[in-house]
Amino acid sequence: MKFRKADPLVEDLRRVLPLDRIRVAPLERSLMGRDASIFEGGQAGPVCFPIDTGEVQGCVDTARRHGRAVVPRGAGTGLAGGAVPLEEPVVVVTTKMNRLLSVDADSRVAWVQPGMINLDLSRATAPYGLHFAPDPSSQQVCSLGGNVGTNAGGPHCLAHGVTSAHVLAVEVVLMSGEAVVLGDPDGWAPGMDLRGAYVGSEGMMGITTAIAVRLTPDPPAVQTLLLAFDSVDAAAQTVSAVIADGIVPAAIEMMDNNIIRAVEAYVGAGFPTDAAAVVIVEVDGLPGGVAEEADRVVELATARGASVRRAVDEQERALLWKGRKSAFGAIARIKPNYYLHDTVVPRTRLAEVMNRVYEIVEEHDLQVMNVFHAGDGNLHPMLLFDRREPGIMPRVHAAGAAIIEASLAVGGVLSGEHGIGMEKRDFMPLMFSEADLDAQARLRRAFDPGGMANPSKVLPTGASCADVNALDKVPDGVWG
Amino acid sequence: MRAPAGVRDFDPADMTIRVGAGTPVAELDAALAEAGQRANLPLTPGATVGGVLAVGRDDLHALGRGRLRDALLEAVFVADDGQVVTAGGPTVKNVSGFDLCRAMVGSLGTLGLVGEVILRTWPRPPVQQWLAGPCDPRELRRRLYWPSSILWDGQTAWIHLEGHASDVESEADLAQSLGCEPTEGPPTLPPHRVPVGALEAGGFSGRYLVQIGTGSAFVSEPIPVPTPDRAVVALHERLKAEFDPRGRLNPGRDPLAAT
Repeated sequence: MKFRKADPLVEDLRRVLPLDRIRVAPLERSLMGRDASIFEGGQAGPVCFPIDTGEVQGCVDTARRHGRAVVPRGAGTGLAGGAVPLEEPVVVVTTKMNRLLSVDADSRVAWVQPGMINLDLSRATAPYGLHFAPDPSSQQVCSLGGNVGTNAGGPHCLAHGVTSAHVLAVEVVLMSGEAVVLGDPDGWAPGMDLRGAYVGSEGMMGITTAIAVRLTPDPPAVQTLLLAFDSVDAAAQTVSAVIADGIVPAAIEMMDNNIIRAVEAYVGAGFPTDAAAVVIVEVDGLPGGVAEEADRVVELATARGASVRRAVDEQERALLWKGRKSAFGAIARIKPNYYLHDTVVPRTRLAEVMNRVYEIVEEHDLQVMNVFHAGDGNLHPMLLFDRREPGIMPRVHAAGAAIIEASLAVGGVLSGEHGIGMEKRDFMPLMFSEADLDAQARLRRAFDPGGMANPSKVLPTGASCADVNALDKVPDGVWG
Repeated sequence: MRAPAGVRDFDPADMTIRVGAGTPVAELDAALAEAGQRANLPLTPGATVGGVLAVGRDDLHALGRGRLRDALLEAVFVADDGQVVTAGGPTVKNVSGFDLCRAMVGSLGTLGLVGEVILRTWPRPPVQQWLAGPCDPRELRRRLYWPSSILWDGQTAWIHLEGHASDVESEADLAQSLGCEPTEGPPTLPPHRVPVGALEAGGFSGRYLVQIGTGSAFVSEPIPVPTPDRAVVALHERLKAEFDPRGRLNPGRDPLAAT
């Protein structure tokens, strides 16, 4: 659809936002048609860039009067298609709401706007010796509002918990246009935990307009270890052994040989390219416990055949993490496209499921690299491919489905941190019964009775009849 | 109605435990202690796992150990129409669908009858120590790295330290330099819980105890609590209407009014 100046929806949006913050040109709308997932072909309606809560309310009110759905969008780094607009909704982009509103260093609380970049917050609070613990791999570009939307994780969520554990309160604009604060920046509001119910709702309950985050004190001591193994099994067993020993490190990350070699060629972090797997373990806290736990981890790892490298200074530690966090850049050298999966399995079943992943990939004649949050059992197999190769996409999707099934078969879950969005919507019945899905639909309806917020995501059609523009299936062309 | 009791499934290496909601918290704690673990549930005498989750009060050590609301990974409950519903999932990390478990914590059983839960567990640290003294609780929070509890009654601060022996020792030395002395344990809690903001509003003359960093304060006499925002009340009403349209689940109880 082409928007003319006289389009009544656009005319009305211009009453609440200045001209330069409503974009209707085909190019700008098509830019908002996708996120960082493999979905293509989303269709944005007018794209709005509000700068405060009042303007967001104006956008929502206007969309409602025109019977149009609203899709909130942060930095667009989501991997599950959660921010991909379907059927020309009003897209509300929060990137211009990127201010740090306040910091209370004594109480360790900061109020931020949703468009603030994750890493910018930790940079801003560094002078107080505080940081925001969730650190998704995209933390240099992803927004805190998006972190709330997906309940984002990251390597350092093992000991300190994912985003929900670090959000004290959220200001939300509901689809009625009302702004409401859920939770309390002090830490507790009487009643049900509406804050917790909202975090991770993937834009389907309202639009986040401000967030009170809990800040975490920087640890006085840190030790980072690189453990190299001859087999994936030994690496996975070491992860289980560490947890079983009563140690919860700040992070436990695993990388398999394929990704080790890709990363070494790319950044030269000094990872042993002949290892079947490396595990990065970081322990932090007070010096006594850190020393004791690091020694114990080394003991458990060497008993399983590991060779160990300890980062001797901050520079070496940063290099090891650079190796870990460069994984996604490194693979671009091998194949132009990748499909990053995200499932969680019980930590004790890691080795078994990884072996199954290798089998699946071989059955479908694909390449895989594994770099993931092993301490949480959060797998991230990356399927590499070139979408120009004829007939490749059905194989990629078939392998993806088999990985999901293998994870669920051992008591795992569909997603650990990326969310369901469109990507896994139709897999939800594999994990949840009809009654389970209906309960989730009820929760969503309590927040958004008309189903106007980011419709047709997360819940398979049939779980809720209320979605406007509800789609029986993902529209043609959206699957990339 | 009483929920089933007993530990169903516990593999210490997964750090999760599946228990019947009717399991006494003391029994849960004993089972976990055998594996050197614990859960972040308050060990209220006589209370059950389902009960403390429904009430939603944090353990006194929530500042360092984490909040009760984050302890619940999966809840199996009977809905108002008799259907069995599973909310959440069994793994320590999970964003599959909406986070219904969070809404169950503090809901006083008004959304469903919880029968079984999976909880996240944590290692039990080797050493712990309570100290108390006429110290500034903000100063204690600023100077100590990771105290598990700071309580404040307006004159005396109580702090709880736990972890490895040498760390607890050095942190206790620091606390002593700030005016605290070792003590047996925390003071008894006044009976009524209020949001700390209600206490800070002033005009209260009874005994109180603030649980620093959790938003909760405990008072000897009930005090007026600020009326929740109209939109917050409306969300509670709509949740109740969605989950219990006929008003069968714990009728007459309002989670917003609970203390």
